[in-house]
Amino acid sequence: MVLNLTRSERQGAMIVAVLLSLVGLVMTLFGADGYFSTHGFIIMLAGMGTVFLVGRGYDAPEPSDERLAHYYDDPVKAGVILAMFWAVFAMFVGDWVAWLLAYPDMTFDAAWASFGRLRPVHTTGVIFGFGGNALIATSFYVMQRTCRARLPDQLSPWFVILGYNLFCILSVSGYFMGITQSKEYAEAEWYADIWLVVVWVVYFLLYLRTLQRRNEPHIYVANWYYLAFIVVVAMLHIVNNLALPVSWFGAKSYTIYSGVQDAMIQWWYGHNAVAFFLTSGFLGMMYYFLPKRANRPIFSYRLSIISFWGITFSYIWVGSHHLHYTALPHWVQTLGVTFSIILLVPSWASAGNALLTLNGAWDKVRDDATLRFMMVAAVFYGLTTFEGSFMAIRPVNSLSHYTDWTVAHVHAGTLGWVSMISYGAFYAMVPWIWKQKKMFSPRLVEVHFWLSVAGTFIYVFAMWNSGIIQGLMWRTYNDVGTLSYSFIDSMVAMHPYYIARAFGGFLFLLGACVGLYNIWKTMKVRTPAMVSDPSRPLPVAGVAAGSVEAGE
Amino acid sequence: MSVKERDPVSGYKTTGHEWNGIKELNTPVPKPIWFFLIAAVIFSVVLWILMPAWPTGTGYTKGILGVDQHDSVQKQLVKAATARADWRAQLMAVEPDLVKDDEALMQIVRETGHMLFGDNCSVCHGTNARGSMGFPNLVDGSWLWGGDVKTIEETLRVGVNDAHEETRFGQMPAFGRDQMLGRDDIITIITYVRSLSGQPDVATAENQDVLARGADLFLDNCSACHGEDAKGLTMMGAPDLTDGNWLYGGDRQALFETLWNGRQGHMPSWEGRLDAVDRRILALYVLDLQGRAP
Repeated sequence: MVLNLTRSERQGAMIVAVLLSLVGLVMTLFGADGYFSTHGFIIMLAGMGTVFLVGRGYDAPEPSDERLAHYYDDPVKAGVILAMFWAVFAMFVGDWVAWLLAYPDMTFDAAWASFGRLRPVHTTGVIFGFGGNALIATSFYVMQRTCRARLPDQLSPWFVILGYNLFCILSVSGYFMGITQSKEYAEAEWYADIWLVVVWVVYFLLYLRTLQRRNEPHIYVANWYYLAFIVVVAMLHIVNNLALPVSWFGAKSYTIYSGVQDAMIQWWYGHNAVAFFLTSGFLGMMYYFLPKRANRPIFSYRLSIISFWGITFSYIWVGSHHLHYTALPHWVQTLGVTFSIILLVPSWASAGNALLTLNGAWDKVRDDATLRFMMVAAVFYGLTTFEGSFMAIRPVNSLSHYTDWTVAHVHAGTLGWVSMISYGAFYAMVPWIWKQKKMFSPRLVEVHFWLSVAGTFIYVFAMWNSGIIQGLMWRTYNDVGTLSYSFIDSMVAMHPYYIARAFGGFLFLLGACVGLYNIWKTMKVRTPAMVSDPSRPLPVAGVAAGSVEAGE
Repeated sequence: MSVKERDPVSGYKTTGHEWNGIKELNTPVPKPIWFFLIAAVIFSVVLWILMPAWPTGTGYTKGILGVDQHDSVQKQLVKAATARADWRAQLMAVEPDLVKDDEALMQIVRETGHMLFGDNCSVCHGTNARGSMGFPNLVDGSWLWGGDVKTIEETLRVGVNDAHEETRFGQMPAFGRDQMLGRDDIITIITYVRSLSGQPDVATAENQDVLARGADLFLDNCSACHGEDAKGLTMMGAPDLTDGNWLYGGDRQALFETLWNGRQGHMPSWEGRLDAVDRRILALYVLDLQGRAP
């Protein structure tokens, strides 16, 4: 990877790596607590590893200008592999946590294996590790193709993908040690949060610079969504993580918000992480890979516009539906309910736009597991957004809140929608970036598909049952007006569903392992093959059009 | 570049844009989308008019229904309390020891006690009330502080070795650790105590002298709390040592640990969490469980 960098890019990489090593060294030496020093050490290792890597190829000759005739896909490849590793790791932890809920002794008396630590490892690993890497990788791929422009430089994409993974590693290793801000999906402490801001700003600028260099008159829908994802996630991350560190050399900080304001900011963040990380970004992914794979035009451009602005505008309002019947003022809850209901229309418009795009290509859906992944993802997206709007209605929420129904809802979204669209996109993109005709084993794609579908169904149905049983048991009264069941009664009732859930999760994890293997083998195929994503040539000054690769 | 084509499948024209082979149809937005969008907005506007909804700077629009969640929950709480008021008054009016003869009241005690016990007591005493190491079995009829309704109520109210001012206080001294008794004496006492609950292997023809010495040691050191007959004193919270029920285990090792390091259990006071009626229900409930235990 270093050989493809220009001399000045190598210098830039070296400067960043040395700076990172120094920051890590200072953190290690002056850390006020062992946690901070440990993280400093990890940062130093990351920096020094990069110094070593760049140093080895530092004096190699400059890459030829011929590279400018191709899209720059090396960071995309790295992103795909990283995403799949995170998927396997974090889904393994997720399944462990699922078994732990059924059999509480599975912590083996180790603090790091307690539920409170493993659970954020799972959520951060899947959302940020798997989902984030998938988004960054596909966004690099998609923005180059739809802008018909190469990435503006070769250093910043590497900075984004590797820097982002450093953030993920700091988060997850911190949770194992017990570092946490105690904010759901934002548990990472202040210094990791600041690092993510730096990475994210570079990502944002990279996106804008590519758009600026585009050779297409219009900006494609996928880019609207990716950009919304980048912009809003930056805003959410910064506002929710405003905190005061106890010491500039310590791991602990306190949020600047308190009480119900803190709760509201947290769920404004939490729900919009779902909206702009797990929805907008992946809609961007869908808008490229689904029509590409189906070889069909998008059903309706007009519908895309309505959906995009509907989703972007409405989502920002709905976080309060996580705080129904709490100290949050009633009026905020009413607003949350109404915008949640309005939100259903653009959500279904998006799902509908995807499914109607498949009209004329349903035979391909039948035959091609990759496209089927994307189709099922769109179906689950529609299902989950309906469920979400439904659960946001206060009386419904009074039954569903704090129960496993919420867990069912989230996993219908993350397994059914987010993971499946990512798998579909990966199976389409992996042969393209590694210049293969097809995946190493299309049969294994099929196996992965059915494992995913079976796992998701078992998981979601188990949690629906469990959640509704819980909700009903908690509100069932005797004739004399006292509660019929104690909490422990509801725990006993949930036990069989917990086992079923863990089994469903295991199938899904197995699918991820199959996917990683298949992608790995595709990557390792040495036979040069032809290209299967034909595209218009990249206009490059000084290079004859004929030498431009016809593909990607 | 902008060439509009007609899509043979749908019959609609494309917008003429193209990105790496991806085109878009210019299909009009389907009517249902407009319908539901307008319907959702109308629903929202109606809800905004009816319910508290929009901030106005210093306050918010109250809504013409005048609903507020704090009032609603208050009303529901009052209503629920009213529904329970009759039988709760009735329960407290009956002499505690006589409630068990009133089948209607006992039905209420069983239904409500199940939930109260599960939510408050089962964590230590177990869902079946049979306790575990260090946490008393409540259905074996062996009571540390006494087993009538009023006494159990009092135990619930003040707790044992708790921070409550009137808490019950009980302690098994650390005879070995605090050098009140030597190792050999403790072992002798253990043999004697174990023989009291009629364990077959303990009293043999050969160890009659050990048992005799044990009896002497017991009288001098243990009888103040456990009684001369070793049947325990509820006043002290000292257990009956003859009934074969052991709170911390009845084998030699466990008894040695008890005598050497002492024991002091803890039960929280429930006065601040459960009201007098709930505490009475729990007292009646555990006695009822005990009565029905096999």
